[in-house]
Amino acid sequence: MSENLMSIQPSMPKCWNIATKPHKFCPGCGHGIVLKCLGEAIDELGIQERVVFGCDIGCSLLAWDFFACDTIQTHHGRTTPVMTGVKRAVPDRIVIAYMGDGGGYAIGSQHLFNSATRNEKITAILVNNTNYGMTGGQMAPTTLPGQKTETCPYGRDLENDGYPTKGPEAVAAITPEGAYIARGTVAKPRDLKKYIKKALETQLNGTGFSFVEALSGCPTNWRTNAADTWNMIEKKMTEFYEPKELKVPGKEG
Amino acid sequence: MAEKPITGEKKAFMTGNEVVAWAALCAGVDIMYGYPITPQNEIMHYWTRLVPKHGRKFMQTEDEISAGFTTLGGVMAGKKAFTATAGPGNVLMQESMTMAEMMRIPSVVVVQQRGGPSTATVIYAQQEVTMTTLGGNGEGFRVVYSTANHQELFDYTIKSFNTAWKYRFPTFILGDGYQAKMRDSVVMYDPEERGIQMVPTEPFVGKPGCPGQDRAPTHLRNTYNIEEELEEVVLQYLADYKKMAPEIVEYETFATEEDCDILLVSHGIVSRAALAAVKTLREQGMKVGYFRPITLRPFPVKELQKEASKVGKILVAESALGQFNRLVKEALYGMDKAPQIVELFRPGVGITDEEIMKKTKEVL
Amino acid sequence: MAGMIRIALAGEGGQGVQLVAELLAEAANHEGKEAIYIPNFGVEQRGGVSIAYVQISDKPIGAPKFKAADIVVALSDRAIDRTKVHVGAQTIFVYDNSDWVTPGAKDEIIGQQFNQHESDSMLIDQEAESVGIQPRKSKPILPANAKEVIEIPATEVAKNELTPRVFNMVILGSVIKATGVMGLEEIKQALEKKIGNKFEKNPQLRELNYQALTRGMQLVNKVF
Repeated sequence: MSENLMSIQPSMPKCWNIATKPHKFCPGCGHGIVLKCLGEAIDELGIQERVVFGCDIGCSLLAWDFFACDTIQTHHGRTTPVMTGVKRAVPDRIVIAYMGDGGGYAIGSQHLFNSATRNEKITAILVNNTNYGMTGGQMAPTTLPGQKTETCPYGRDLENDGYPTKGPEAVAAITPEGAYIARGTVAKPRDLKKYIKKALETQLNGTGFSFVEALSGCPTNWRTNAADTWNMIEKKMTEFYEPKELKVPGKEG
Repeated sequence: MAEKPITGEKKAFMTGNEVVAWAALCAGVDIMYGYPITPQNEIMHYWTRLVPKHGRKFMQTEDEISAGFTTLGGVMAGKKAFTATAGPGNVLMQESMTMAEMMRIPSVVVVQQRGGPSTATVIYAQQEVTMTTLGGNGEGFRVVYSTANHQELFDYTIKSFNTAWKYRFPTFILGDGYQAKMRDSVVMYDPEERGIQMVPTEPFVGKPGCPGQDRAPTHLRNTYNIEEELEEVVLQYLADYKKMAPEIVEYETFATEEDCDILLVSHGIVSRAALAAVKTLREQGMKVGYFRPITLRPFPVKELQKEASKVGKILVAESALGQFNRLVKEALYGMDKAPQIVELFRPGVGITDEEIMKKTKEVL
Repeated sequence: MAGMIRIALAGEGGQGVQLVAELLAEAANHEGKEAIYIPNFGVEQRGGVSIAYVQISDKPIGAPKFKAADIVVALSDRAIDRTKVHVGAQTIFVYDNSDWVTPGAKDEIIGQQFNQHESDSMLIDQEAESVGIQPRKSKPILPANAKEVIEIPATEVAKNELTPRVFNMVILGSVIKATGVMGLEEIKQALEKKIGNKFEKNPQLRELNYQALTRGMQLVNKVF
């Protein structure tokens, strides 16, 4: 490969931290796409300087030096309360709580639901890849019925392992008017970016809690090739988790 | 109960996490509750694969707070239940474990120590000693076994259920990330075939008969109204604990019946390095002894004082910044002439035989 | 080799370092020796130097990790660098001097919350994935203080005669010949035990691995 080709960088959002690129996510991971949508939204809204970005444990942790924005890596499930704490103390900050399915729907669920129901003016972004990727592929609240993971090796059994969590539906049900709730997918990055941008605008306007779940892939732990990975994200996951806006400020039902 | 999972003796070469899963199986555990955290995840991975064959149960909870409390629920329902955790997960379990201390619930928790504080490393440390022995807002009414090899992981996991159910104090196996991940040999067996009497469980709630009619209802609480009432309860627990201690205290010594200039004191996996160091140094003509508590709670106080009274120096080696040393110093308090303590602290880092030998030679 | 033997193995994630180490430990344990294997926790799944420590002894073994090794096996240039700290005056240093190398991926990932899967029949099988090889650009800097340096062109031999993905077996063959730590039969038995079920599905795989072991032994002409 010629030297010239190597020196052409792929276009990246301005708020990305170039020093830490190429990023460290697995090949085929959805985090890269979600963070690109988030980066573009931050650029378009011109809020890089005001952003405080919080990440969880799990693969979201790999984003700790991803942005040229101030970042706090917290404990598992505690990104939401830390970001809430920042926002309460200095409301001018634009806080983004970035987490995975465990950080939002398992260990962090009490914080997510309480911040939502109180209508905290924060933006939570949750990457749903139906498993706990970083720790080796255990079951997550979002693991699909019948799906095999390390802690449900014979497939998720609804009787024994319980039902999966539909997070945005739950959050939409408990948030008051002024909140923005959506579910996007890395398979449709334009829509995903639109949702993320509207979520940040909700925080900028100060109307309430904003939350975007992003359906994403984990070929490493799913042990799928590219075709099967996309099939899972585009077909199997959307059968259960519908990508759409669930709540928009000012719009009824 | 169904067929025994192991008959006769089975030699195996496996990781520590796998050993724990098999030991729980052989101990007759009915149900494991757990939440993923490195480096103990594989205990769950193996357990969930063993479950259907052996008619046991597993529940993955939403976090470690829940894992601790669901375990207590399972135990109070009268089933043999346990959970496993590490690091920040262990921090979260302190709440449930103080409830176990207060209500004398025979819970069993396997802790595979990782670096601390906070998330630190997922690899190894001995930095959960303070938390596991004296954590929560309790008075340390716990039993803690610190294992050093896979045979002990197997033996003591089984033993911990008997200790817990007999004496009714929350019981812990304190392992670490190295033990969890390394492959070592182990002989697995059915405890009853070896003459080990397994202590039966019994329900706290749901005993036979209708409450209020056939029997008094069981009303369990962990809250008290006035100071003196609490003091009475706690002092009674202390009396029970002191009575039990001599029956379950365990420790190991080597070369202490000979002349010693220095005593090497360590626990867990570091004690392997210490023992190897003592053997080599003795061969080289140095007068070194070895002491290792196996139970960190209750601590072998008088046994350590006995050996410590014969030396002028002790070397305390641990992969933490003095958490074990704190227990040692407390144990030595009150001696007519306590030895000088030399510290070999490597927080979060493994300690080799060579390092211990080097330090010993430096100070002698 | 009598008494205690300490082996440190290192390579790029995906080169199958852990499998080689486990086979040595399992074979030794099967022989009735004391053996301990412990992996390090690098970013092995997707690149990053993977290190394994094996100790084989007639007597109980102390700490699972150690400083000075009796044998160091370095399967990549980065591994050569990482294992220098384990090379002492008594160390036999084995490395791959092929003109083809496995490139190192970035491994400075902070906060990796995971360590490798065990290659256990109950969980996941692990074998050397081909992480891609490329022509060597520069000579590696070898440790100056080893007792003996043994060069094995394992990648090249595997690439030219067998298939790149069994190059770790070629090295294993060389190691057991050069050190006498284990016999070929014992390694073959350990291999069967570990990934025998894969061989059942694909018997050619067995042949390939056995050939790689034998070839590796042929690359060494004396016991050190």
